[in-house]
Amino acid sequence: MASLKDFKGLTPAWCPGCGNFAILKAFNEAMVELNINPHEIVIVSGIGQAGKFPHYTRCNTFNGLHGRTLPVATGIKLVNPNLKVIAVAGDGDCYGEGGNHLIHAIRRNVDIKLFVHNNQIYGLTKGQASPTSTKGMKTKTQPFGVISEPLNSLLLAIALDCSFVARGYAGKVEHLKSLIKEAILHKGFALLDILQPCVTFNKINTYEWYNQRVYFLDSFYDPTNKVLAFEKAMEWGDKIPLGILYKKEKNSFEEQIPVLKNGPLFERPYYLEKVKNLLEKFK
Amino acid sequence: MDYSIKIGGEAGQGIQTIGDLLAHIFSKAGYYVFTHQDYESRIRGGHNFYQIRFSDKPVSASKRKIHLLLALDKESIPLHFEELDSTGQVLYDSSHLKDKFEDPRFLDVPLFEIARTKGGSPITANTVAVGAVIGMLGMSPEIMYDLLKKTFYKKGKEVLEANLRAAEEGYNYAKEKCLACNFSLASFSESKYLITGTEAIGIGALSANVKFYAAYPMTPSTGIFNFIAEHAEEFNIMVEQAEDEIAAINMIIGASYAGVRSMTGTSGGGFALMVEGLALAGMTETPIVIVLAQRPGPATGLPTRTEQGDLLFALFSGHGEFPKIVFAPGTPEQALHLTNKAFDLAEKYQVISIILIDQYLADSQWSYSKIDTSRLIYKNYRLTGEELQKIEVYKRHLFTETGISPLGIPGTSTHLIITDSDEHDEEGHLIEDAEIRKKMVEKRLFKKLSLIKKEISQPLFYGAEDPEIVLICWGSLYGIVKEVVDILKKDHPVCMLHFSEIYPFSEDKTWQRLLEKAKLVINIEQNATSQFARLLKMETGLTIKHHINKYDGRPFLIEEMEEKIRGLIKGF
Repeated sequence: MASLKDFKGLTPAWCPGCGNFAILKAFNEAMVELNINPHEIVIVSGIGQAGKFPHYTRCNTFNGLHGRTLPVATGIKLVNPNLKVIAVAGDGDCYGEGGNHLIHAIRRNVDIKLFVHNNQIYGLTKGQASPTSTKGMKTKTQPFGVISEPLNSLLLAIALDCSFVARGYAGKVEHLKSLIKEAILHKGFALLDILQPCVTFNKINTYEWYNQRVYFLDSFYDPTNKVLAFEKAMEWGDKIPLGILYKKEKNSFEEQIPVLKNGPLFERPYYLEKVKNLLEKFK
Repeated sequence: MDYSIKIGGEAGQGIQTIGDLLAHIFSKAGYYVFTHQDYESRIRGGHNFYQIRFSDKPVSASKRKIHLLLALDKESIPLHFEELDSTGQVLYDSSHLKDKFEDPRFLDVPLFEIARTKGGSPITANTVAVGAVIGMLGMSPEIMYDLLKKTFYKKGKEVLEANLRAAEEGYNYAKEKCLACNFSLASFSESKYLITGTEAIGIGALSANVKFYAAYPMTPSTGIFNFIAEHAEEFNIMVEQAEDEIAAINMIIGASYAGVRSMTGTSGGGFALMVEGLALAGMTETPIVIVLAQRPGPATGLPTRTEQGDLLFALFSGHGEFPKIVFAPGTPEQALHLTNKAFDLAEKYQVISIILIDQYLADSQWSYSKIDTSRLIYKNYRLTGEELQKIEVYKRHLFTETGISPLGIPGTSTHLIITDSDEHDEEGHLIEDAEIRKKMVEKRLFKKLSLIKKEISQPLFYGAEDPEIVLICWGSLYGIVKEVVDILKKDHPVCMLHFSEIYPFSEDKTWQRLLEKAKLVINIEQNATSQFARLLKMETGLTIKHHINKYDGRPFLIEEMEEKIRGLIKGF
């Protein structure tokens, strides 16, 4: 049985009060409750404060480049479908630099769980706007305020028929943990957008701001209804819904690949004779 | 016996089908074959050609002089008539070209009319043309029939029979009507292997147990992608078309991390996008193999043509300092072996191997009477399961004498495989410590590079024993320079020094003495700035004064290179 001790990683270098601490706690507890061992998981991350996440828990880790988390995760999962592959990214990382990869990862529906730590700001580079920043937010690099529309990643994901679309909040750890567990148990690509206040740079979307607005989707909400999901995904402002917005059963990408039917690719045999026979066909 | 055939026409007319069939017929008949292709970046129209040289002796390049021109469009005649040998023949269809040539060197064959009367569709005219060429050459048609049976077998009895009848009629027609045809062929011998650079790289990758290939299609690398995909099921390979080259390289890095040999292929523009990922592989010590199929740049350049313009770009690609191994095969056979070696060294030293080819080598067909497969190796350098579990304290980036750390496969034991694009400690966790940083640079770069140097072969020496003239070349220029050496050595003590294992330079430096001793050293490259000569100077301090550069996107022809070299010798 896995215990919380098994998931104890390095001491986080996050700011005191950072929303990431709650995400870390929810993640570790979820793993223990699902009885998953550290070596069965690979966390792939990019750059940013979220990128450091895998070092602060304990598991196989590939901490790569800014925005390139999903392609690395895809490569890993398509070689060894037995691994639980989790991609951890920030909003700049995944919705900005890696936006194209997000679209295509959803299209593929590889069994990857994507946890986006969405704090609507660039923290590591000290406070520039992110793709999810509120319109009008003034920063050093947006002196006239943000002009572009914020990216509604949940709406985008539902439009792409993503098989699992959910929103959690770092201020509601128990609920967040349940969403992490649901995402892990789901088959196919899962997007879990986690609202995570940045206590240092984002002075708009604070804990207080969220606490006044978030609410849980109740048990009457039907996440398989796409039209309803669109409606909920468009709700932002006075009321912000938390929970599974959309869910659809479908085959994962790797299930449909004949060569992956027999398990990890490194276990497949190698025959030089077969190569030599192929070469003979060129005669 | 040494004949060249040129098939000229518009894109979409079936030039490649005809050329490919003819090349295979000659190769199966036991002749040595060399082909090269010239095409525009369009799907229909324009002017393309396919040139086939076949001989009873090994051939490795194209000549300017041709003996048979198959003109599928009108433009082919003014464009290529000058290249025709004095005894040469032009095969054309006057009703299709809407022009008639009353010259004994022209043979008018009603290709489309025959195709129609023999029950085929207009495309069957291509088969008539193949038959007519074989008839003009006076070659026995059996091998052609066998090959047509194999080619059209899958299309059903009706199509197959129409094609056989069409080929037979084309053959008989040309044989009877071509009174001026005066070809004399050597007799058939044992059939040869016929293989392109692209196919050789594909087989090389299979021989190295590649298990993951991700790429974004880009000419002239796409053929490798097609080849791997075609054999994916049989050889248990995961193949994925990535959304862009950035995704492709990151996918293969992920795949390699997860435990298998992985590869991508691209051309210059795509490689430019991959460069960020290249540094990631360097930092995380993840073995990967990249085929960089060069084409003329900058930017989109000449998309379907040839150049050796990316050598220094490949060599210096990636931010920061980390080792890379760069190969540049000159022939399909070298491509096969160097691809196998690229995978082996990449995994052994946990570094990046880049294989530089170009459009010319990718598309060229070479024939061999024998291909040596005894040197193909596969060694698994990775640790899994119990083997990995036996290590008491596992550290992915452990400092060792050789700089090579244990490469474990995640999920196969309770040991965790941790790595980071940030500088990291032995375990793989990110650090800022100055001392560890220094040790990691030394581990990744110096320790490994000095070992890799020992694995690199000397450049290939070909020609006079005690040469006064040395021709230096690399990559796909091998075949042309080799043939030119054969021609020139009758008059001059000349040799070729061909580099296919480009970087790092081999530790054995005996070849440098050859250069120091020579009276005339000529560097030949298919680029404008003599990139290899610059690398040579950087690594050895030797300056080469004489250069032959070609950068019009077209490959060298034998006569052309011979003239250029003779000019330099004369002026020396």
